[in-house]
Amino acid sequence: MFTSKVPVESVEKIQENIFILKAFSPQIASAIKPGQFCNLKVSETDFPLLRRPFSISDVDGDYISFMFNKHGEGTRILSEKRNGDVIDILAPLGNGFTYEDDYDTAVMIGGGLGAAPFPFLTRRLKNKKIVTLIGGRNEKDVTDWGLKNVFYSTDDGSIGFKGNVVELLISKFNDFKDSEIKIFSCGPTPMLKALQKFTVDNNIKCEISTECSMACGFGICQGCPIDSAEKDKYYLVCKDGPVFDAEAIVL
Amino acid sequence: MSNIDLSVKIGSLILKNPLMLASGTVGYGNEISNFTDLSKIGAIVTKSVSLKPRKGNPPQRIVETPSGMLNAIGLANVGLEEFIKTKIPFLKEVDSTLICNIAASSIEEYVECTKTLDGEETVKAFEINVSCPNVKEGGLIFGNDIISVGKITEKVRAVTNKPVIIKLSPNVSAISDFAKVVKDEGGDAVSAINTLIGTSFDIYKRTPKIKNITGGLSGPAIKPVALAKVLEISRKVDIPIIGIGGIMNWKDAVEFMIVGATAFQIGTVNFINPNAGIEIIDGLKSYCEQMNISKISELTASYQL
Ligand SMILES: Cc1cc2nc3c(=O)[nH]c(=O)nc-3n(C[C@H](O)[C@H](O)[C@H](O)COP(=O)(O)OP(=O)(O)OC[C@H]3O[C@@H](n4cnc5c(N)ncnc54)[C@H](O)[C@@H]3O)c2cc1C
Ligand SMILES: Cc1cc2nc3c(=O)[nH]c(=O)nc-3n(C[C@H](O)[C@H](O)[C@H](O)COP(=O)(O)O)c2cc1C
Ligand code: FES
Repeated sequence: MFTSKVPVESVEKIQENIFILKAFSPQIASAIKPGQFCNLKVSETDFPLLRRPFSISDVDGDYISFMFNKHGEGTRILSEKRNGDVIDILAPLGNGFTYEDDYDTAVMIGGGLGAAPFPFLTRRLKNKKIVTLIGGRNEKDVTDWGLKNVFYSTDDGSIGFKGNVVELLISKFNDFKDSEIKIFSCGPTPMLKALQKFTVDNNIKCEISTECSMACGFGICQGCPIDSAEKDKYYLVCKDGPVFDAEAIVL
Repeated sequence: MSNIDLSVKIGSLILKNPLMLASGTVGYGNEISNFTDLSKIGAIVTKSVSLKPRKGNPPQRIVETPSGMLNAIGLANVGLEEFIKTKIPFLKEVDSTLICNIAASSIEEYVECTKTLDGEETVKAFEINVSCPNVKEGGLIFGNDIISVGKITEKVRAVTNKPVIIKLSPNVSAISDFAKVVKDEGGDAVSAINTLIGTSFDIYKRTPKIKNITGGLSGPAIKPVALAKVLEISRKVDIPIIGIGGIMNWKDAVEFMIVGATAFQIGTVNFINPNAGIEIIDGLKSYCEQMNISKISELTASYQL
């Protein structure tokens, strides 16, 4: 863990409300793993006060990328960064995905911007088949940036399967009958909850990347608890997560 | 280079400089030591410890507000036994001064925690938290009640010879009355301030953003309030004051010392810049050089009204 001042290379708008911020940081690029996150100071002043957490979306050589949508003040400021602007980044944070264990097919499931951590995971996976399922409200919500073998689901059916991404997974489930799969997922809590139930009921390996409001991002404020499957115990999303085994947490 | 004397004295406690890390904003020191050299810090105040472990409040525990944040952590901590077994050993190796902050839901619990920790050589002083706004028992029920604050000071004082600092609540009408009671009952210093009670609502759902409904406000938003409280105590009571509230940089720290603080604590800023403490100490040195101040303690209560 360290803080570092990182120059912005570019901010690209890849969809109506989806941005990719690329920055030059050999230090973060060599230290960070898929599923980990960074805490970004979006301005040089005390406003907005807190850092903003973002998953590492991709690492290409010495460049790191973040994928985000404009949400409030912090992401608006990020979307207006230009080449040469400097961002103070605290990284690498949390525990990432465990993707080198024994299975045949990695099934990445993202709801909306939940796709953010998957380009980097896709890049790092070796000798595994990849299937990517991305869900959103409509076609403007979804992207295949940096992803492989993508299938979409949308609530309005404007692109891909009409329905939610967990229904899409269930509809495709026969395709995976002969191979052992591991699911990597990230997205809104209702989606993760449905997915968690499905994978636990069917005994499928599944890792879930969670979100929670944070102040520090590295374990000193106790601001980011998540219920654990153990009685009377919270995990901290920033330190014990953000990626958890589906059975380990209560959503 | 510089031979400015940064040391300060709080009762019998001497700190190498006036910068302290505030309770609840540095955990037990280990995580933040990745970012900063703790041996340069004047004192580390550990997260409030209670007799038994506390799970803390359910999420959501924090929300950002204009120039501040609300928290309702609910004193989540490992409990006294675990604290002594696993947290003190790390802090022992750090060449700073360790101050233990204690929270409790009864006077007996304050006394028992103090007694137990008094035997730990690494612990150099106690900060008694009578002002946590986020728990149902204890906390503000004590902090708002001048008789309780007096009793707690008296009873804790009776079981330790180490300096006793009482951390006061700003959620009272006359904070100086509380400081006076602390002094009368043998307390060595007061810390001011703990967080201010606040809330924040989602206007679409009409629900509080924090599960606990209210939380404690910290950060730059509370600085003017904290300064006024420190000044009030300084003008009315002769007791060392540790100033806390919204310090982001060395200028804020100087301001606290001028209005009456002997030392000061930084809290929320640690979340944003975990090396802020060292930067503030460096800034203080430059300020003293520039202003021809040879002892930083000259700044304390040097206001011109
Ligand atoms: C581990 C982690 C990884 C994340 N990765 C991504 C990512 O890759 N891409 C992406 O677009 N977003 C991601 N988020 C969410 C992202 O942090 C928020 O979108 C962002 O903080 C919004 O800031 P804002 O100022 O624009 O919004 P505002 O709503 O104005 O923010 C107000 C406050 O609420 C907090 N906040 C708001 N939404 C969230 C949220 N969903 N999660 C946590 N805190 C929030 C902000 O940090 C800020 O403190 C991630 C969150 C976490 C915890
Ligand atoms: C997340 C958080 C947790 C805190 N926990 C404690 C605590 O356990 N005990 C205590 O005495 N004060 C606690 N405080 C209060 C701080 O020590 C400090 O008094 C307050 O935050 C004001 O200072 P600041 O504006 O520099 O943060 C906490 C503050 C925050 C933000
Ligand atoms: S965000 Fe501070 S402990 Fe997790």
